[in-house]
Amino acid sequence: MINVTAQYFAVFRERAGQNAEPIETSALTAGELFAEVSDRHGFADSVARCKVAINDELATWNSPLEDGDVVLFFPPVAGG
Amino acid sequence: MIFSITDQCLDPEALKAELTRESAGAFVSFEGWVRDHNDGAAVTALEYEAHASLASKEGQQILAEAVERFDVLAVSGLHRTGHLAIGECAVWVGVSAAHRGIAFDACRYIIDELKQRVPIWKKEHYRDGPSSWVNCATESAVTEV
Repeated sequence: MINVTAQYFAVFRERAGQNAEPIETSALTAGELFAEVSDRHGFADSVARCKVAINDELATWNSPLEDGDVVLFFPPVAGG
Repeated sequence: MIFSITDQCLDPEALKAELTRESAGAFVSFEGWVRDHNDGAAVTALEYEAHASLASKEGQQILAEAVERFDVLAVSGLHRTGHLAIGECAVWVGVSAAHRGIAFDACRYIIDELKQRVPIWKKEHYRDGPSSWVNCATESAVTEV
């Protein structure tokens, strides 16, 4: 198990009811952690339309997680 | 070549003045305005949220791509965050080039990429009914008690 921080934006923040939370997880990748938090908070958007960043750098769903990572979950973007 | 995220009102004339060049024969800009309706619903205001540092970085990357792909002289872009009223300018893109074709093409490229890639989210407030985040799925796996 590793300890990471999940950060939420826009609709994810509202659904989770918080900006961020510490998570002890067995997830090995950003995608696995997303599945875990989606389950926990009822996020309804698929990975295909969302993005993830690790420690303030855009990452992929296959990116491995390390202890202490801050993982940012972005719902589908809607600028403009 | 600067892309910025700002919570201040945009000033198109001042932004345009930054892009004047003696070798420029064309200037094209795009302004995205807050519209009073979407998908048949009456919209009263919009709320924009951004991850400021990553949004600036991705926007900057898009401007760099435009400079590389098109023979432009200068480009810039800004996106607002916060609460915007109907009619306010939410996003501004400007391009100057020697000729109009290049300026139109580059401007179109930049705004299309911005809308797809930059981590900015938009919440619509409606005249009738609860507000909602644009593009985001609404059904939830969580059962409310």
